[in-house]
Amino acid sequence: MTQVERLAFMGDEAVAYAVKQCNVDVIAAYPITPQTIIVERLSEYVANGELDAAFIPVESEHSAISACVGASLAGARVYTSTCSQGLALMHEILHAASSMRAPIGMTIANRSLNAPLNIHCEHSDVMNARDTGWVHLFANNVQQAYDLTFISFKVAEDPRVLLPVSVNIDAFVLSHSVEPITPITDEDAAKYLPPREYEYPINPDRPITYGTMALPDTYMEFKMQFKEALDRVPEVFEEAVKEYEKISGRRYWYYDSYEIEDADALVIVLGSTYGTVKTAAKKLRAEGLKVGVMGLTMFRPLPEKELVKVLRNMKAVVVMDRAYSYGGLGGPLYTDIIGVLYRNGIRIPAKNIVYGLGGRDFKLDEAEAILRMAEKGVREGGFETHVDWWGVRR
Amino acid sequence: MSELKYFKTVKEIPREDRFAKGHRLCAGCGAAIAMKLAMKAVRGPTVVVNATGCVEVATTCYPYSAWAVPYIHVAFENTAAVASGIIEANRILNKKRGWKLYDVIAIGGDGGTFDIGLQALSGALERGHNLLYICYDNEAYMNTGIQRSGATPLGAATTTSPAGTIIPGKPQRKKDLIGIAVAHRIPYAATASIAYPIDYMNKIRKALEIEGPKVIHVLTPCVPGWRYSPSDTIKLARLAVETRYFPVYEVENGRVKITIKVDRPKPVEEFLKLQRRFAHLLKPENAHILEALKRGLEENWERLVKLEESGVII
Repeated sequence: MTQVERLAFMGDEAVAYAVKQCNVDVIAAYPITPQTIIVERLSEYVANGELDAAFIPVESEHSAISACVGASLAGARVYTSTCSQGLALMHEILHAASSMRAPIGMTIANRSLNAPLNIHCEHSDVMNARDTGWVHLFANNVQQAYDLTFISFKVAEDPRVLLPVSVNIDAFVLSHSVEPITPITDEDAAKYLPPREYEYPINPDRPITYGTMALPDTYMEFKMQFKEALDRVPEVFEEAVKEYEKISGRRYWYYDSYEIEDADALVIVLGSTYGTVKTAAKKLRAEGLKVGVMGLTMFRPLPEKELVKVLRNMKAVVVMDRAYSYGGLGGPLYTDIIGVLYRNGIRIPAKNIVYGLGGRDFKLDEAEAILRMAEKGVREGGFETHVDWWGVRR
Repeated sequence: MSELKYFKTVKEIPREDRFAKGHRLCAGCGAAIAMKLAMKAVRGPTVVVNATGCVEVATTCYPYSAWAVPYIHVAFENTAAVASGIIEANRILNKKRGWKLYDVIAIGGDGGTFDIGLQALSGALERGHNLLYICYDNEAYMNTGIQRSGATPLGAATTTSPAGTIIPGKPQRKKDLIGIAVAHRIPYAATASIAYPIDYMNKIRKALEIEGPKVIHVLTPCVPGWRYSPSDTIKLARLAVETRYFPVYEVENGRVKITIKVDRPKPVEEFLKLQRRFAHLLKPENAHILEALKRGLEENWERLVKLEESGVII
């Protein structure tokens, strides 16, 4: 571990800097607010010779992800970034990318979906891509956005995995906020991510047919192998974060947490809201309330075992979703958590708070109110409702 | 790279097949012939990228593959984009790691090229990748069961442009794919016919020698779609050229050259009458549609002749 100077970066810039240090070979990307700065910085790195990569300025996100699949199977280290409508346009090929076992690194600057048109923070974009077989990681701050970019390539390209990985950063809150970060050195980055080794690149000396048709007699076996690759993600992730800790001194896990060891009431969140709830929790802890906070880093594959270890010691849980499963039981993370609780025999009350859609601000006093609500759930042994849309006017 | 640059006779065509026998395309399939010839025309290490369509489903049914070259299929509308990624990965990995360079040929049907894949194709042509794109055109969505496409000619009956009593066949004319390709100012674009294999194969060779994006549009008769006897595939492909229904030409750096001259065209009815998709056009009540079709074909031929004679750069 080498000491390096701290740098002030916007989230997008920090990600672009990490992608440069990852020495990617091919970038195919299309502009969409608020990830555009990533693409702009990467274009500059390539144009100025700071990054020896092919930059493909595609005509749509659909072509961006398609070019990434081709380049990845050709053996390159491949990166793209998008969000919102762009991720929705990619959707068809998100399935192909994972099912064809094409490792790709992608940043998603989580933004709401049209209509009404809105460019601000929400997690609906990635929730739409929840079941595509991608690994989905969430950053809580700019440092994490930077660090998880390295970890994402490490996991994606591992021969046991060979799957695309997304790193999610909250629109504007992270993409456009300037925060100080401590980068790793170029030498450490090169050691952590040496040039990609891939056993089956497109090679005329060894012709392989990629993307065959499979009839009902073989299709399920393809899908089972694909599912098993996702099942291997945890072991590879654990190795990747350990190795990253050695060079960075920063430890990553399936989640970030605050005071969960002796907590009775837990609030679970995704993304930058973790910092807000954690700050509020500090205040309540000083009052003696036994509240804890969890910010999930790995959303897919869902780290069920790790969640169970924490949840089985809780007396109530509030799950915060910055998205909603319309027509379903609540937010997507909430439905995951109640599933984990039920099938592991953990009979505690669980409540869902749907908040911050379309970038609506979520402030410290609101976080405090939600922690108090969780604590009240412990005292009263339940909640009045399953799902609340936080702060919505009627 | 092979020593032979251009073919003079069919005897010079290699016996080796990179598109193998035993695939599941129909008896008499024009696209199968176009694939077989294309794969005999390659000049060296080659990678094929293929859109969803007849050729894809009938040649890559797991665990079988008809392809003796690396082959990749991802989806329907993104073939040119997938090819862009492969070409740029190959170029940068050659530079950074010394990996071998190869030719990339993208292949799509008319649906995957004229319609749903047009945006990705346009993007790839504009960006200037070193790509050869071959469109095998059977003039409708044949893989899904004969639905009209932007390549279906005026008046032709398909399952979504049936020969009805009010609307007899497709009311719109065929898109000009080469016109669209040439509008990108690419160095080479050409049409070709499987009835003229030497012309077709030499165009592939020529295109591969040219740096940048190239488009070849080959007409491939379809037995179930055009509704004719499987033994008539080459006959129909030839009649399409001899009647000036499908002019065979190339556009090199914007200059048009008609490569198969047709001085005395046969009546277009000779081409139409062998196919049941046009049966209704030969009835007296639809004579005006037949006339409109003929007029369109004549205008197109005259336009190409004028462009060739004038040497105007388009």
